[in-house]
Amino acid sequence: MRLGNRNSERGSAATAALLALLIVFLVAVTVYFFVANRYSPPPTITAVGRAVDHQYLLTLCVTGTVFILSQLGLAYAIWRFRDRGQPAHFTRGNNTLEMIWTAATIILFLGLGLLGRKAWAEVRFTPAESNAVQVEVTTNQFVFNFRYPGPDGKFGRLDPKQVSASTGNPLGLDENDPAGKDDIVMPTLTVPVDHQVELLIRSQDVIHNFYVRELRLQQDAVPGMIIPIHFTANQTGHYEIMCTQLCGLGHYRMRSFLDVVSEADYQSFLKQQQQGAAQ
Amino acid sequence: MPGTVTDEVELIGTGRGGGGASSGDGGLGGGGDDWKGSSGSARVPQRAYVNGMVIALGGILMFFMALVSAYIVRKDMPNSAWVQLNVPPILWLNTLILIASSFTLARSRGRLLANDDAGFRHWWGVTTILGIFFLVGQVIAWRQLAAAGLFLATNPASSFFYVFTAAHGLHLLGGVLALLWVAFRPTHKLTRSTATEIVSMYWHFMDGLWVFLFLLLLLGR
Amino acid sequence: MSSHAHTGHAVVVEPSGFIRKYIFSVDHKVIGIQYFLLALAAVCIGIVLSVLMRFHLVYPGAHLPFVNGGIMTPEQYLALVTMHGTTMVFFVLTTAPPGGFGNYFLPIQIGAPDMAFPRLNMLSFWVTFLAFVAILAAFVVPGGAPISGWTGYTPLSGMGEVAGPGEGGGQTLWIVSISLFCLASLLGALNFIATTIDLRAPGMTLFRMPLTVWGWFVTAILGLLAFGVLLAGGILLLLDRSAGTSFFLPAGLVVNDQLQPHSGGSPLLWQHLFWFFGHPEVYIAILPGMGVASHILSTFSRKPVFGYRAMAMALCAIGFLGFMVWGHHMFLSGMSPYSGFAFSVLTMSIGVPSAIKTFNWIGTLWGGKIQFKSPMLFALGFVSLFVSGGLSGLFLAQPAVDNMLHATYYVVAHFHLVMGVAAIFGIFAATYFWFPKMFGRMMSEPLGKLHFWFTFVGAYCIFMPMHFVGLAGGIRRYADATGTSYGATLQPLHMFMTYAAFITAAAQLFFLFNFFWSLKHGAVAGKNPWNATTLEWITDSPPPIDNFGGQYPSVYRGPYEFSIPGYQQDFIPQNLTPEEAALLKLK
Repeated sequence: MRLGNRNSERGSAATAALLALLIVFLVAVTVYFFVANRYSPPPTITAVGRAVDHQYLLTLCVTGTVFILSQLGLAYAIWRFRDRGQPAHFTRGNNTLEMIWTAATIILFLGLGLLGRKAWAEVRFTPAESNAVQVEVTTNQFVFNFRYPGPDGKFGRLDPKQVSASTGNPLGLDENDPAGKDDIVMPTLTVPVDHQVELLIRSQDVIHNFYVRELRLQQDAVPGMIIPIHFTANQTGHYEIMCTQLCGLGHYRMRSFLDVVSEADYQSFLKQQQQGAAQ
Repeated sequence: MPGTVTDEVELIGTGRGGGGASSGDGGLGGGGDDWKGSSGSARVPQRAYVNGMVIALGGILMFFMALVSAYIVRKDMPNSAWVQLNVPPILWLNTLILIASSFTLARSRGRLLANDDAGFRHWWGVTTILGIFFLVGQVIAWRQLAAAGLFLATNPASSFFYVFTAAHGLHLLGGVLALLWVAFRPTHKLTRSTATEIVSMYWHFMDGLWVFLFLLLLLGR
Repeated sequence: MSSHAHTGHAVVVEPSGFIRKYIFSVDHKVIGIQYFLLALAAVCIGIVLSVLMRFHLVYPGAHLPFVNGGIMTPEQYLALVTMHGTTMVFFVLTTAPPGGFGNYFLPIQIGAPDMAFPRLNMLSFWVTFLAFVAILAAFVVPGGAPISGWTGYTPLSGMGEVAGPGEGGGQTLWIVSISLFCLASLLGALNFIATTIDLRAPGMTLFRMPLTVWGWFVTAILGLLAFGVLLAGGILLLLDRSAGTSFFLPAGLVVNDQLQPHSGGSPLLWQHLFWFFGHPEVYIAILPGMGVASHILSTFSRKPVFGYRAMAMALCAIGFLGFMVWGHHMFLSGMSPYSGFAFSVLTMSIGVPSAIKTFNWIGTLWGGKIQFKSPMLFALGFVSLFVSGGLSGLFLAQPAVDNMLHATYYVVAHFHLVMGVAAIFGIFAATYFWFPKMFGRMMSEPLGKLHFWFTFVGAYCIFMPMHFVGLAGGIRRYADATGTSYGATLQPLHMFMTYAAFITAAAQLFFLFNFFWSLKHGAVAGKNPWNATTLEWITDSPPPIDNFGGQYPSVYRGPYEFSIPGYQQDFIPQNLTPEEAALLKLK
């Protein structure tokens, strides 16, 4: 039953051409923007960050290739096999082809996943080194607080019943615990460069998140848990800390800063804070 | 617009009718002998109701497994301050009652197959009463817990206890209502055989589920 | 073509009275249309909400007449986010494909007079309707709609009003609505599975079912196993909020310097329960669309589906694997990183059957005779959009890369492309395809094409740039996108996306007008305007009350017998006997 006539063939050509061209245009624009890299994260400041970037790039190459081939294949089929009055070529499929592209996809996708293990394992499977600088990160609606253990190297006990942001004890430092007397509590995070930092991430109320783009590292802060992550920054600078987990109406403005400074500057920062606390 | 009267006559007479050669190439479909309409005007095969019950039990099972996994996760959380709940002793009696009710239910269906209508009704009734006793026993267990100061929100173990028993109890109440319905209402779409089969499947499942929940509550540490 | 049809079915009597015919009907066709209209109302609401969101992102200080106080507050923005996600995912994507089209066409495509359990079917719809009323009510209760996102993470969603505006009655209504929806979906899933297993016509083996039926069938199995878990979670969350339990709320929570009275629950537990449901849910949203795409691509290329068996098995594989990947939503949640890696490998694997389907779709087109009617345009668009959206998933599936992309607009771009566009295109394709059968009239082709061009281009204009916002660090669910130090640099992208959204949303009016106008004024449709092969095309348009006018078909061949060499016509309907088909051979 022939459904084509001259009119429909012409109409078919116009539609086919337009759709195929649109798809080609889409591919071109997408590839351009990804390659031009106009909107990209800021350069990373850690070695692990570079591994993440590398894995991202690898994934982009693989998915980009599949994207280009699939979309262009679709566009080509749309144009080439539009109804021009020709009969369709009957086939139920091709088992060999099925097996080939299934195998190729398995190898490609699983391979990609396995290759990404290292960048994940380095941060998450490996605990922090014993000489890492430890800072406790406490999040709540809608601020970050950073606590250093002070010269005694011990974090003081926290008591939720003693939390009182309005009177200067936002973390609920237990006044009965002497170890907490020298703890330093700051609204921003200052760490030394080229020195591993371990962050102990916790939350007082709802789930928040600690994210610094330049570290390529983020971690949810979950009430009831203390979650450790670690990083080693290779570059000094002033970086933005954001909350990325929806935490309430102030979620969009929950922000702090990470200052990576030289070892000397870090020591003087600590000393300055201790003197301030002692007064 | 509606089906014609002649179709109805053919339904009673011949079942498949028409050109019936269709079973030739492996027709596994829902047609076949079940369309004979052996139960009057039923157009859905009785098997569909049985399959429906199996499917329903699958969904119900996932619901309870979600609660069970929540329980296991919570119990095994480190630093969780888990206080084990002492299960009220009446639960042992309730469990025995429920297990007995499964036996009486099986007995009842046996009587039905032997065309012993009186026997069927008798054991069906016993099952219903045992089911009611079970539910009453569960309520008594709740009152005993409350008397000991253990309420829904008292501690995690008590929370789960009430949630498990309430969820199961509600489903079992549905089972009791189904038992009553089969006893008192004539079935038009389902044959009595199918109705008792699916209610029985549901009942045995709830029984087994209860035994599992009971053991879970007992053996937790 | 109903010779040799068997008539061993009961008489189906047409109900009398408006109420029994159109309101409380047990006819799967009426119920299907009811679901479809519910989804239509929901999608209109959902689009309005998203247009408001996009507007606010680029004009945050604008004075809006219908907003209390004039300027949208952050909590109002978050309420929009929550309600947009909830209405779209549940009341559009989980309602229209299975509830709308599945209900209408599953029985007909398998040659049955109705679903296995018609009254249960009616109950499913009305419980869904109640759920819809409940979610709409959240807008009008004191405190307003909830602000915890469609994912409702605890403790934010579990503490009541103290956690924020909208967390009072609004959040409770949200949980009630979702729970009702779970119940309705479980009942619906039961019906679909039982019907597919037991009510198939003689000769319709599993591997002669149309892929649309496979899509609805696997979707129903997913729904059966997933919705119970969400229901359990919802009940526990309700108890936490109103009965003082602590399933999801740990000890030591301090809000506004007030210690909350909970003890020892786990916020992660909610996430596990939610996502164990949530991941199969997104496959529930897309699988019917995949079935529809295969069906329409085949019909309008005049070729069998390339690799039919592989396609059916791929649907099953996606469904099966879909239950094992939920942890990829939780890589950074505090879950064990080892589990995270396991989930990652499984997630990468699910790309395999999806890729197979894509290759087979192109294979179906290859060597075909493609006719660019509206259904086909949307099916082709589905393939392109699914490729785009699916591939970005491969980035998110790797936890190392997720460190960079989690909770950014990259995620939003990914799921909108697959769900918010590809799945929607599946719904549009189905509508244009089956409208003639459902209503006995053709939709306007020019309007359909116009709708397609605007929506296809518009959707890409909205969601492709979104990847870049995410890559640069644009965080999702931010009421104000310019607060960060770099936010202002992304505003041009946001502006572009917003205007694309305005235009694309407006273009849906073509569809709405076409749909309602064609009901009365479309060209009268015959039984088989598309020269298709499956059983719904052998009966009247619209079908009679019992679907086949008493003449129930038997099935003699597969569902995509197109362009078989040696025949006078390029399609052979499933119900023709071998003798009847032989009459069609070329002399």
